[in-house]
Amino acid sequence: MDKFEIHKGLVVPLDRANVDTDAIIPKQFLKSIKRSGFGPNLFDDWRYLDTGEPGMDNSNRPVNPDFVLNQDRYQGGSILIARDNFGCGSSREHAPWALLDYGFLVVIAPSFADIFFNNCFKNGILPIIQSAEVVDSLFNEVNNNIGYALTIDLPNQTITKPDGSTFLFEVDEFRKHCLINGLDDIGLTLQHVDDIKKYEAKRKESAPWLFGT
Amino acid sequence: MAGKTLYDKLWDAHVVRINEDGTALLYIDRHLVHEVTSPQAFEGLRLAGRKPWRTDAALAVPDHNVPTTDRTTGIEGIVDPIARIQVETLDQNCVDFGITEFKMMDKRQGIVHVIGPEQGATLPGMTVVCGDSHTSTHGAFGALAFGIGTSEVEHVLATQCLIQKKSRNMLVRVDGELGAGVTAKDVVLAIIGRIGTAGGTGYAIEFGGDVMRSLSVEGRMTVCNMAIEAGARAGMVAADEKAIEYVKGRPYSPTGDSWGKAVNEWQQLHSDADAVFDKTIVINGADIEPQVTWGTSPEMVSGVNSTVPDPANEGDAVKSEGMQRALDYMGLTANTPISEIRIDKVFIGSCTNSRIEDLRAAAVVAKGNKVASNVKLAMVVPGSGLVKEQAEQEGLDKIFIEAGFEWREPGCSMCLAMNADRLEAGERCASTSNRNFEGRQGQGGRTHLVSPAMAAAAAIKGHFSDVRKLNG
Repeated sequence: MDKFEIHKGLVVPLDRANVDTDAIIPKQFLKSIKRSGFGPNLFDDWRYLDTGEPGMDNSNRPVNPDFVLNQDRYQGGSILIARDNFGCGSSREHAPWALLDYGFLVVIAPSFADIFFNNCFKNGILPIIQSAEVVDSLFNEVNNNIGYALTIDLPNQTITKPDGSTFLFEVDEFRKHCLINGLDDIGLTLQHVDDIKKYEAKRKESAPWLFGT
Repeated sequence: MAGKTLYDKLWDAHVVRINEDGTALLYIDRHLVHEVTSPQAFEGLRLAGRKPWRTDAALAVPDHNVPTTDRTTGIEGIVDPIARIQVETLDQNCVDFGITEFKMMDKRQGIVHVIGPEQGATLPGMTVVCGDSHTSTHGAFGALAFGIGTSEVEHVLATQCLIQKKSRNMLVRVDGELGAGVTAKDVVLAIIGRIGTAGGTGYAIEFGGDVMRSLSVEGRMTVCNMAIEAGARAGMVAADEKAIEYVKGRPYSPTGDSWGKAVNEWQQLHSDADAVFDKTIVINGADIEPQVTWGTSPEMVSGVNSTVPDPANEGDAVKSEGMQRALDYMGLTANTPISEIRIDKVFIGSCTNSRIEDLRAAAVVAKGNKVASNVKLAMVVPGSGLVKEQAEQEGLDKIFIEAGFEWREPGCSMCLAMNADRLEAGERCASTSNRNFEGRQGQGGRTHLVSPAMAAAAAIKGHFSDVRKLNG
């Protein structure tokens, strides 16, 4: 996983609430056995006018000109803003894989679904919760200013606007530590092998039916 | 000190250690695996040279991609080559890593959330995870069960643990009694309609009250299954005699001395009388009508005798726009009576409603009737090979076939349309599944979530219809 410290990027406004993971990456693309290559099919149903299938040459497909990712001013965007309950629905980690593969490193919304929120951190994406009022003002500013970019400073937990004003965001210490250092959770957990074995031994005594033979 | 909630008890019993930041390393008793969210996790193990911590804790089954039509040609019969590779990859990974798998041609194959309880692989007091958000289903047994992403699938395979932050406690109490013809599906849709799809975010929900106690274990599974549709990763119901009776004698259940010991422990799996919840929602069971969703989120739901709501009456601008977008997608006009909405297809199945009781409930309605002429396809997809066998022993297959339904092989099928079963653009479906998102059952498809009995009633009438009037 890549390390995340400070990121400056173009903001893309996706003005919808309850954006679900089926919308982020439709089911037909979940047949892949790889982690990469989902970017061209991010928001596939909204982004293209035809029906996408795995293996298609996406460069030749008819695009939906009304969809925000297809507008010239948002090309190269890496910070997505959206409304409440972003990432609801299925646990598919293909959703953060698709966002990352497209180039999004940050998602800002008033609230996120739990599983999606968690999956982001495992893949080097920073989901940031801000109040509905702050997100609403970001939508206004993005819509009114071409090239609107934000600077996200994870070590200092700040968001800096183009006018230089700065505001803070919250993030769990452990998740922050892992993102900044690009750490693999499994390696960290395996530092506690003795604790796991001790727990297992005790549990085998008290609840032997939980263990196979 | 206040007593503990069921969730507190389950959590505390599985904490391996508390990390410096307050998160916990939580031990996982049962890991269910399917073909869609596991290949990248197994690949991760391979790349890091890691082995599964405990192969006996895992149980695998292909369900999302499998065909529900004739399976006599086995895996070769999966027409879509990419889907076939995914099923073959699961088979190979289970061989390579020594994990038990019920393969596609095994009679025990089925939807992962149906076979876990059916095999006794889900037991009260367990932590159960799966790379699938509907893992909350297993909470019906007084277990802590939740969906995880693929990175966490790999983490559980490698360590038998997960790093977790404890959720807050929510109690949803459904008091009183349900009216005749009102089912577990209607209860959970009504709950989601009340608290919203994000109402449970950050919480573990315990479903309680007289209605939950009176529901069968299968009905409780239907309710817990959709906890995630209310935003909660985990839903659960206290373990009681019904839950214990359900798991008794199943292949993975304890036997002999272990059984008695287990039952003693399971009898403690309820919230203490003085337990404190962070939030409590109370719903009167008698107020719940058969439910039908009208929009593109499970919270967009009404009673069958209501009308499609009018976005103009919604004060919140973001919500009003969302409603209008949903009505446009669904091809519906505000204020249309729900019972006038005509349908094209019917899907009875999914991890929400494909167990034997669900099929019986639909069969009661279908018996002696015919699928309406405007319904192009009505299909029944049992949750597992064993459910299918049981239904056939009871003659349910014949009832469905005589009424004009198709009787299929088990799998996830048109709940998410990863296999060949799907809606075409503009088609409208009465579905017993769990999600009515845009494109969920096929691009441009329009999904209305209902109970099995309501789906069967819609199939017979050709439009939504109050099953209580149909029977009476």
